Amino acid sequence: MSDPIARPHSKSFFAKFAELISDTLTSQVVTLWRVFKHLFVATDTVQYPEQQPHMFSRWRGRIILTRDPDGEERCVACNLCAVACPVDCIALQKTEDEEGRWYPEFFRINFSRCIMCGFCEEACPTNAIQLTPDFEMAEYKRQDMVWEKADLLIAGTGKYHETNFYRVAGKAIGGKDKGEARNELPPVDVRSLLP
Amino acid sequence: MQWEVGSALNIASILAAVIVIAAMLIWVERRLLGFWQDRLGPNRVGPFGLLQVVADMIKIFTKEDWIPPFADRFSFVLAPTIIMIVVLLSFSVVPFAPGVGIVDSNIGVLFVLAMASLGAYSVMLGGLSSDNKYALLGSLRAAAQMVSYEVFMGISLLGVVALAGSFNLREIVLAQEGGWFVVPQFIGFIIFLIAGVAESHRLPFDIPEAEQEICAGYHTEYSGMKFGMFFVGEYLGLVLISSLITVLFFGGWQGPLLPPLVWFFIKASCFIAFFILLRAAIPRPRYDQLMSYGWLFLLPLSLINLLITGVVILSANQM
Amino acid sequence: MAKITVDGVVYEVDPANNLLQECLSQGLDLPYFCWHPSLGSVGACRQCAVIQYRDAEDTQGTLVMSCMTPVTDGGIYSLAAEQASDFRADVIESLMTSHPHDCPVCEEGGECHLQDMTQMSGHNYRRFDKQKVTHRNQNLGPFINHEMNRCITCYRCVRFYDDYAGGTDLSAQASHHHTYFGRFEEGTLESEFSGNLVEVCPTGVFTDKPFSAQYTRKWDLQTAPSICNGCSVGCNITPGERYGTLRRVVNRYHNEINGYFLCDRGRFGAHYVNSESRLRSARDASGMSVSTTAIEERISEFTSEAVIGIGSPRASNEANFALRSFVGAENYFSGHSDAEHEALQVLIECLRDAAFHSPSVRQIEQADAILVLGEDVTNTAPRIALALRQSVRNEAKALAETSRIPNWQDAAVRELAQESLSPLAVFACGSTRLDDIATTKLNADQQTLIEASNALSERLAGRSPAYSQQTLGTTMQSVEATYTALMSAKKPLVICGTGAGAALMRCAANIARALSVSRSEVCDLVLLPKEDNSVGHALLTSKENTLSRALGRLANGEVKRAIVIENDLFERAPTALVKNALAAAELLVIDQIETPTQRYAALSIPSATFNECEVTKVNYEGRAQLSFQVGEGCDAAKPIERWLNVEGSAHSNSMIARCAAEASDFESLIDCLPDPLGRIAGLKVPRQSHRYSGRTAMHADRNVHEGKQPVDDNSVMSFSMEGMLTQKDSSVLASAWAPRWNSNQAISKFQAEINGELKQGHPGVHLIKRSLNGQAYEAENSVNKNLGDFEIRLVSHIFGSDTLSSHSPAIQKRLCDAYLALNKEDALELGLANGDFVSLGGAEDSIILPLIVRTQTPSGVALVYTGSSALGASINPHDLPESASLARVESEPSVHPTGLGLSNLVVNDAYSGAH
Repeated sequence: MSDPIARPHSKSFFAKFAELISDTLTSQVVTLWRVFKHLFVATDTVQYPEQQPHMFSRWRGRIILTRDPDGEERCVACNLCAVACPVDCIALQKTEDEEGRWYPEFFRINFSRCIMCGFCEEACPTNAIQLTPDFEMAEYKRQDMVWEKADLLIAGTGKYHETNFYRVAGKAIGGKDKGEARNELPPVDVRSLLP
Repeated sequence: MQWEVGSALNIASILAAVIVIAAMLIWVERRLLGFWQDRLGPNRVGPFGLLQVVADMIKIFTKEDWIPPFADRFSFVLAPTIIMIVVLLSFSVVPFAPGVGIVDSNIGVLFVLAMASLGAYSVMLGGLSSDNKYALLGSLRAAAQMVSYEVFMGISLLGVVALAGSFNLREIVLAQEGGWFVVPQFIGFIIFLIAGVAESHRLPFDIPEAEQEICAGYHTEYSGMKFGMFFVGEYLGLVLISSLITVLFFGGWQGPLLPPLVWFFIKASCFIAFFILLRAAIPRPRYDQLMSYGWLFLLPLSLINLLITGVVILSANQM
Repeated sequence: MAKITVDGVVYEVDPANNLLQECLSQGLDLPYFCWHPSLGSVGACRQCAVIQYRDAEDTQGTLVMSCMTPVTDGGIYSLAAEQASDFRADVIESLMTSHPHDCPVCEEGGECHLQDMTQMSGHNYRRFDKQKVTHRNQNLGPFINHEMNRCITCYRCVRFYDDYAGGTDLSAQASHHHTYFGRFEEGTLESEFSGNLVEVCPTGVFTDKPFSAQYTRKWDLQTAPSICNGCSVGCNITPGERYGTLRRVVNRYHNEINGYFLCDRGRFGAHYVNSESRLRSARDASGMSVSTTAIEERISEFTSEAVIGIGSPRASNEANFALRSFVGAENYFSGHSDAEHEALQVLIECLRDAAFHSPSVRQIEQADAILVLGEDVTNTAPRIALALRQSVRNEAKALAETSRIPNWQDAAVRELAQESLSPLAVFACGSTRLDDIATTKLNADQQTLIEASNALSERLAGRSPAYSQQTLGTTMQSVEATYTALMSAKKPLVICGTGAGAALMRCAANIARALSVSRSEVCDLVLLPKEDNSVGHALLTSKENTLSRALGRLANGEVKRAIVIENDLFERAPTALVKNALAAAELLVIDQIETPTQRYAALSIPSATFNECEVTKVNYEGRAQLSFQVGEGCDAAKPIERWLNVEGSAHSNSMIARCAAEASDFESLIDCLPDPLGRIAGLKVPRQSHRYSGRTAMHADRNVHEGKQPVDDNSVMSFSMEGMLTQKDSSVLASAWAPRWNSNQAISKFQAEINGELKQGHPGVHLIKRSLNGQAYEAENSVNKNLGDFEIRLVSHIFGSDTLSSHSPAIQKRLCDAYLALNKEDALELGLANGDFVSLGGAEDSIILPLIVRTQTPSGVALVYTGSSALGASINPHDLPESASLARVESEPSVHPTGLGLSNLVVNDAYSGAH
């Protein structure tokens, strides 16, 4: 309700009274009526679980780690998801195979802390970490909400099919030597005198 | 046993009915709010979610009944009982139907007003004893609000009393046989309605517990059944105000065809539903707005109403 | 002071410097690559362009490189001008044309100067669609990773490695956009300072290899200011910890000590704390583990009767002091060998002597004539060797000054000076790693060195020295050259160390005293002990409480019980003596690592490593510095003072206060502690950065319910991100970071001016007051040896001669076997060749070592490297005779070869040719 009294005393009492009736009381009554009419409007509630909601593909639910089109782990353990995470629920440790490919030694998400904000997905430079439309991940024990890499890693590419970080980045890994990434010349022969 | 005002059966069944209705209101309110907000509300526990109340009760009874170590134990425990007691006592003078009631008091209206004033102690004690800044702020607001609105709540009733010529609620009902007092006392009705909402600090006048501003106000530190008593006390207040409106302005149990008790129930239910609608639709005013609205608008209005009523009655009597 | 106007704001600046440096000193954000505060300007990268205006009327201005522009009084400049900022963006865009886009898999990512500068210059999107140049990497050894694709050819690496640190095996190769920075052929980088490439390189070309194996982003490291425990210099470091293990060590700027650079022992040696050889739980003589309460009971039993306490130079002041108060000063003995103990007495006498001054490393860099006597500085105090390499450039700087070339014009100064060096005389037995910059080199046996030193002090005292017949020639020349250099210098400096022995240290003191008398001013004298807290330990020990006395008292049963802290006695005294003594005693050993001494212990107790406790240590100058706890580390380990449970030990600060109050010479130790009033609003300084990640997941595998963050009652720092950020005006600098400056170059934001004092610095306090008016030591007499015998001299190596760092896995890859070195002629005479086994003394149980020919070894001297105890393949240096006859034998050497051989040995004079 507005405040008829605190206004400057420039108007006559009757003008103010009329204004009170028209502006404030009427509007309250109209509001009451409009809200009341909603008694006869169909509800928006989806009767989950009998009725399954329609999930959109960009829904931010359960987090997965995906593989690149070659079937290798996409995650390169760069730690950007972990630092983007506002609740600090991602922890991982980088390790490296003999041929220089970085990957996580462990990758842990504490889903009991996760707020499904999707910042990790946005931060991920390799499209490895993705959020999926699955939200049914309740557990009876909180400890079971801690997911390790084995739980997170899927066999496919997830939402983004093409991304293949190591085919773009210049670091040599097994199966891709220096000069074989996108837009790269063969390695320079330092001993050559040619320009 | 007979249906007779003040009989043991009367007392027991009224007490039971009032408390059950108050408890059921928790469910009713949530469902109604749901519908008004295009949702379903609680519909899972039992048929139509009716057993939600039971579930809530089980929960509230089994919760840890915790008294903060910094609180004043005695008044902390006392506060929620006061509200329950005074509201239930108020029901004793309410005439539900011919033969249904507890006391047929000549000072029914005054008694109700007196009990309402005592209700302020509950809120004040609760807030003060909690030793919490939000609770303190809440109880300060509550005290100011309840004391202020009591004034014109009383004045707004004087028109009805003058028309009926009695403080006895049963007689007031009987006086409406020729027509409900809401017609001659429309302004009185509006004032009483608003003051009633403020007295039971229901939304939109839930300023003492405004959770967006001061946590939960005077009952911030309460939990378990003690919180439950405040909670149920509020719903009891809601039932009481609705019953009083029915009695004072809408002819009580009177109505054609249906039994008197059913008429009373229907009328009171409408007001209960209206109060819930208020909660669904109207935003909370600021504290200072509430106070200035009461003292600078409602008080003069109720005095004018009383004056006009008096003039009309006196002139009618002289004619 | 000059006044300049930059973008309309007037600043007061130092006209001796270039514009870039002064802009950074004023806290302005100006991108740069090739300039480095220690390396000067070369104008290679064109990144620091600004607009210079002729006068106030000039609106056009000229584009200049700020690093090549001297500051002129009244100069008007603009960093923000459109031409300048566009130019900088264009430059970085060109630099980035061949960038491999591998930041996520780059160890530099997140603390990369290139990332910072790219952001700062505003180059966001790649427009260049042509192909990228690529390079092959080299394996540069166990310390450094090479990823040449990331290079932006700023030349900082070779300017540091070759020009600054005197390395020879890293070079710029090829030309134009094929430029390659690497070795001629793959192999380990030989310089002792190669690790600095990690910090010097503004991109990820050179990265820390051991760190990469357990990689953690900079923001995820828990860091605290710490002090290196690799040698006695006391370099300031920032160790980083994650998941309870030490991850890496980076330099922490200290304007008087290490500046911007560390040695590789310090940088890579700290990993010993995670190593296999760490003593992780207490155990008794049978190897069974013992509970904490049982240990505490056992220790309290030790208070009942007389106990001998043997201290340690690698334990903190507080640990040594706690042991001393536990056993009583009369029962507290030196943990140094007798020879080292004697040498340290000389060192402390000199520290008290008003005739001398101990220069800091920065002051050593300013010396313009230096005598290094007997000490192989590169292998015992490497950071000082790096400083000596700068001090010989003072000649070049003087030349530049006469030609009016400012010092920061690095290329010009080097070009002008060519080979001119300030005089550096190295008097040593065998080759040292400083020989390449020595203007005078006297390579001789001990006797000749003593003679030469005596002659030099005579000469300096104005007398004419007597030379013996056989040493007359070269020795006299060297002495004369050194005499002239020292006398004509403005800031002469004499360096010696306990590695050279007490005799030579006295000689060095005599030389410095003679210099001081003849120039009638205080003379700079550096005496280097071996270990990080040698001086602190020696100050706490009384002169007569030598280790051999302690061992004697144990062996003859006078005292039954002994406590040894952080010490392997088999490195400190002859094996037989130690065995005798320890077998007779009930021994309690508290140590960080497993040592052979613990085989004799009734109880071995783990102690906290340097990163697990807050302690103070005293460096070679007598400067006490505070080292903060970094992380929690090993569960069972506690600081020694807490094990001993002496009064005040519950709290680091109270222990330091007690040490300051009760130990003589330690009065000012209390000033090491940060001023409690310096804390802003009483807030602690967080050890974790504000970006620290993974808090709710890192321990979730064990328990999903996060515990309370550990509380540090001891310190002004907290084990969390709570508190006053380092980058504000806090009193402690945990790790250098400033908005827009994620790399270690952010340090400029914390300096009062570039190369100046750190605003959050704790420079440490000089403990010792120079009040003594000492006398010259009596001239040393040389030791006689049997004719035909070889004098045995010990050599140190940067990797292997230090106990703790040798346990670091990365360092272990650089270790080599014990060896005996002779020169070519001596080896020929004995009929020996590289790889032959040689016995010392010829007796049956004599020590047998493999031979290596080192051409610079003086004739009649056998250099012995005793190997590294970390691999269990060392000989006790105290078992070696002073001189011995050598003979070739067929039997196996005394120490089992570690498989490393001698291939890792980096010396200047290794002889690989056949006879």
